[in-house]
Amino acid sequence: MATKSKANKPVTVKDVFKNKFTPYTLLNPDGTLNGPAPDLSPEQLQAMHRVMVEARVFDERAVNLQRQGRLGTFAPLSGQEAAQVGSAFALRKTDWLFPSYREHAACALHGQPWLDILKYWGGNEDGSRVPDDVNIFPVAIPIATQIIHAVGAAWAAKIQGKDDATLVFFGDGGTSEGDFHEGLNFAGVFKTATVFLCQNNFYAISLPRESQTSSESIAQKAISYGIEGIQVDGNDVLAMYQMTKEAFDRGRAGEGPTLIEAQTYRYGPHTTADDPTRYRDSAEVDQWKERDPIERLKNYMISQSIWDDGKEEALWEDVRAQMAKVVEDYEALPERPVEEIFKYTFEEMPWHLEEQLAELKDFIAEYGNPNEGHH
Amino acid sequence: MPHLTLIQAVNDALHLAMKHDDRVVVLGEDVGENGGVFRATEGLHDTFGEDRVVDTPLAEGAILGAAIGMAAYGIRPIPEIQFTGFMPMVFDHMVSHASRLRWRTRGRFTCPLVLRAPYGSGIHAPEHHSESHEAYYMHTPGLKVVVPSNPYDAKGLLISAIKDPNPVLFFEPKRIYRAIRQEVPEEIYEIPLGKAAVVNEGTDVTVITFGSMTHMAKEAITRASEQGISAELIDLRTVWPLDIDTISTSVAKTGRCVIVQEAPRAASFSSEILTLIHEKVFDSLQAPVERVAGFDTPMPYYRMENYYLPNANRILAGINNVLNF
Repeated sequence: MATKSKANKPVTVKDVFKNKFTPYTLLNPDGTLNGPAPDLSPEQLQAMHRVMVEARVFDERAVNLQRQGRLGTFAPLSGQEAAQVGSAFALRKTDWLFPSYREHAACALHGQPWLDILKYWGGNEDGSRVPDDVNIFPVAIPIATQIIHAVGAAWAAKIQGKDDATLVFFGDGGTSEGDFHEGLNFAGVFKTATVFLCQNNFYAISLPRESQTSSESIAQKAISYGIEGIQVDGNDVLAMYQMTKEAFDRGRAGEGPTLIEAQTYRYGPHTTADDPTRYRDSAEVDQWKERDPIERLKNYMISQSIWDDGKEEALWEDVRAQMAKVVEDYEALPERPVEEIFKYTFEEMPWHLEEQLAELKDFIAEYGNPNEGHH
Repeated sequence: MPHLTLIQAVNDALHLAMKHDDRVVVLGEDVGENGGVFRATEGLHDTFGEDRVVDTPLAEGAILGAAIGMAAYGIRPIPEIQFTGFMPMVFDHMVSHASRLRWRTRGRFTCPLVLRAPYGSGIHAPEHHSESHEAYYMHTPGLKVVVPSNPYDAKGLLISAIKDPNPVLFFEPKRIYRAIRQEVPEEIYEIPLGKAAVVNEGTDVTVITFGSMTHMAKEAITRASEQGISAELIDLRTVWPLDIDTISTSVAKTGRCVIVQEAPRAASFSSEILTLIHEKVFDSLQAPVERVAGFDTPMPYYRMENYYLPNANRILAGINNVLNF
């Protein structure tokens, strides 16, 4: 059901919008294209591929660490790499990314160190302290709340005469929240340069997409806010990049926000605390694995003679070593001082927090560290 | 020096803040051309334009939510919520995000915004227009709560709140929006957050309150003085984090205390003050601390609101109770 391009012109958002209930695929699972390739160099394609592989290996390591009691609850992303990497690849350095809690690949691509992502899930708040030149909002656990924050930041950029755009991720479940409605409505009214990236992975924990909303698509919800909404094959990294890039360009030009429904699938559980076999058939998982986003880009790069099996093998080996080092660094982190609990509540510590910190320190001095040996 | 009402002082502070800092942006329902339902933002739209004084769609949660994104990006939003009764719509973004953005990101992102809302009762308004919600936000780590009691303080406190690097809730007692006029300097000035005002010095009993109840308490202590009672009146001005030194010093001196608030009493402002007094100056107490407050019921509609609200008689009775213990 691919949208074919005409006269060898690239497919635009407008073309896809006309077919709004059909996901747009540019790159087929076998590595062939349905239209002209987006303007990406071999190095850029390889960079996309690398981050997707990093995310896959990171995921595997994190889930294992959690199973061994070395990491807290973790939200795996395997299967959703293209939806994240394709869209985040269209970000400029000064643009802002607003994740929900599963966007490890997008965050890593936009500059959050893998170690910090692991820290966050390891119960270490430092993980959300992104480097000064990296604009990634912290993980937003309350569903869909980040949507309106992203609108506010893009709106602020507009007020300041800057053309920074914002990219906000949420899931199919998030579209049922009031904040989804309010965010898209505000963005439509104020024409903010925001891309609303719904990773529709067809389940909100256990609730299937068709029970979440009776809308035929999530993309169509954009129409009611006077903005454009499109469905994209979320396992197609090239389509994701192409559509997000254009949505940003339009947003920066003052043409307003775009809702992108990226259809994708999580291979694993919602989080490590969940058992997906209670609500999904393994046959369904296998079907999606045949559309694997990493394989698809690999096939394409091989078809373009910019990649080969040897490079692929070397890449996985290199990434495994990289993630082994991330895990090693994570486990070598020192215990943090208890001041950290208090220190960032206000810019200056008020008297009551000074007192409570002193009380905690006295307690530790008298009775020992209650956190000793606790991981 | 101009004589201004509290609402005019708020308006004056907003004009000055916007003039002195072009990052300041006002947003909310009907704040633009209409100048706000109480006219707090009157003239701002004409002076500073629609980019900086924005009429938003009707969604309180989104008003604060958008302001959080704006503040993190680097501008200084002043969202207005039309009445505190609609603050529950705002609660999630205040509690889950505004209050903890600095903490969560170890200071990488901050949320310097001032949420203004007309607050409290006493104007014969419909349901959901008379609430006193300060306790919810005192209970939430990372927020400052300010309630002025007069025009001079309103201006200086609002200027300080706008300059403050933390999120501030600025609750304006609407029953005294136009009840008092006061000389208010034309220039910009600040009243530090976290500093109480000792409105009246006294030696027999300490009355602690804030906002419009300060005026009820003034009336009560005037009548008490006619009975020969010397009452010290503290207007906290900043409800949280509060000025513990002024409270402790006063109660240590008087040994008796009455706390006055409009809100219901359970788990309230007065509960916290009571606890702090016990922690800090228990040895000085000569009588149990008295609370003069609303009741643990929803705020009654306006026909019966005077049964609910503390007044000078109830405060005076409270003063007599602690003195006659």
